[in-house]
Amino acid sequence: MKRLSPFNVTSLTLGFAFLYLPMLLLIIYSFNASRLVTVWAGFSTQWYGELMRDEAFLDAAVVTLQVAVMSSTIATVLGTMAAYVLVNSGKFFGRTLFSGMIYAPLVMPEVITGLSLLLLFIGIGLDRGILTIVLAHTTFSMCFVSVVVSSRLVSFDRSLEEAALDLGCNRFDAFRLVTLPIIAPAVISGWLLAFTLSLDDLVIASFVSGPSSTTLPIKIWSSVRLGVTPEINALSTLMIGIVAIGVISASLISKRSAVRAQQDARAAERSA
Amino acid sequence: MRRFALIAIPYTWLLALFLVPFLIVFKISLSDIALAIPPYTPTMKDGFAALIQGLDFENFVFLTTDDLYYKAYLSSLQIALISTFLTLLVGYPMAYGMARAPQEWRATLMMLVILPFWTSFLIRVYAWIGILSNEGFLNQFLLWTGLISDPLTILNTNTAVYIGIVYTYLPFMILPIYAALDRMDDSLIEAAEDLGCSRLSAFWLVTVPLSKNGIIAGCFLVFIPALGEFVIPSLLGGSGTLMIGKILFEEFFNNRDWPVASAVAVILLLILIIPIVLFQRNQQKEAEA
Repeated sequence: MKRLSPFNVTSLTLGFAFLYLPMLLLIIYSFNASRLVTVWAGFSTQWYGELMRDEAFLDAAVVTLQVAVMSSTIATVLGTMAAYVLVNSGKFFGRTLFSGMIYAPLVMPEVITGLSLLLLFIGIGLDRGILTIVLAHTTFSMCFVSVVVSSRLVSFDRSLEEAALDLGCNRFDAFRLVTLPIIAPAVISGWLLAFTLSLDDLVIASFVSGPSSTTLPIKIWSSVRLGVTPEINALSTLMIGIVAIGVISASLISKRSAVRAQQDARAAERSA
Repeated sequence: MRRFALIAIPYTWLLALFLVPFLIVFKISLSDIALAIPPYTPTMKDGFAALIQGLDFENFVFLTTDDLYYKAYLSSLQIALISTFLTLLVGYPMAYGMARAPQEWRATLMMLVILPFWTSFLIRVYAWIGILSNEGFLNQFLLWTGLISDPLTILNTNTAVYIGIVYTYLPFMILPIYAALDRMDDSLIEAAEDLGCSRLSAFWLVTVPLSKNGIIAGCFLVFIPALGEFVIPSLLGGSGTLMIGKILFEEFFNNRDWPVASAVAVILLLILIIPIVLFQRNQQKEAEA
């Protein structure tokens, strides 16, 4: 029988306080009336208003979302293909190099990835802009997608796909009708991961973005370097809020579908 | 044919946008700086023979003569090692507490650990500026309690960098350790206690060795990215905080010395290869077990 000792309770409380207190302070002080960021002067939402009127931030937010949607979608397609190849294709020429190129970007320092891509884009004469950021983000996030998807594909029962092939499906239909629905949760979490990685990236985007394609993290970075400002606190609060809602609802949905799957399994058992 | 396309598309993408760029970095690290666009020589336009002849290890020799770089590599290693150790000290008790929590809490606790990972890295680092500055929340609190009479200088020191790394990489430490502890059979602890072990020695002799692979994985997951970290030392560290990611960024953007920046990148990668290979070996062992 496990029981939480006082030591366990203390370490969990302190640990989670450490994880959440900084963000909580950020959120509270985004509603501060004073421009002095560490002195409380009453409740106000004026910084949210200022933020909404700041066009530079809005433009950056639009660029960031465009980049994130495009790169995470391409990355999901490529990453799923790569995962399928890694898990199902057996031996082929250059397989070791391929799996190396999938895993290396996961641990590659961002400064190196950014530098190397910039040098490539300059070398081939590609102007820096939204396209170069999308290419860069797709490249590193497809590797994350392929790791997430291949961990699901490993446990996938291939005989289902073979059955579809025996019953007259071609390979693509078998993938689309049988494999894809089963691995869909992994593909979706891969997309979400790629999307967040793209939203979050500062270092690689700083290297490969041009003057007309400032992303939100680059914009935040240039104002944060000058110190804490209430507008950035307001922006941070909005971003934390969106992520929290997204993650919590995703986990509720997956919990519900797990419960449903369990019920289905039980019903199937009874009818069998 | 279709199988060929399936392999070829992601393969070509990675070759073109991962391997080739890296080879370009390697090539430029062997070039010389020049007042031109692009600012290095020789380039492809000079012809193949001139290109090969123009390459040398001058930049790497330069890195060994200027002790700034040598110090930056050492101090990156030191900062990464110390903060990895501190992350383990904070993360292990949390993972341990989570593994002992009642089953119905675990999913929630797990989500609470992962949630910060989804929120912007930059914002999480930024949050500490307001806490650690001289007029920040920590100093206000400590002055209020009377523990100190003058504000502590934490922001813009290495201490702030340690705090930043521990804070942002904590989930990477907790998750693999929790996974290892969760799989552990509790009857082993009971057996150890029945056989006369005290609780503490049962922990040291049974729990810690059984979570060894989780500890190793967690440490690598923190150490490897921390070594090349750029955002944390730039925002929280001071002018005295030498980290190689920061040097590379400045060399490239402020000094516009692309060949030296590339050489810095090549050496950083060479240093990283050792922990990366060790990490993969550990993961493989884990997968086989």
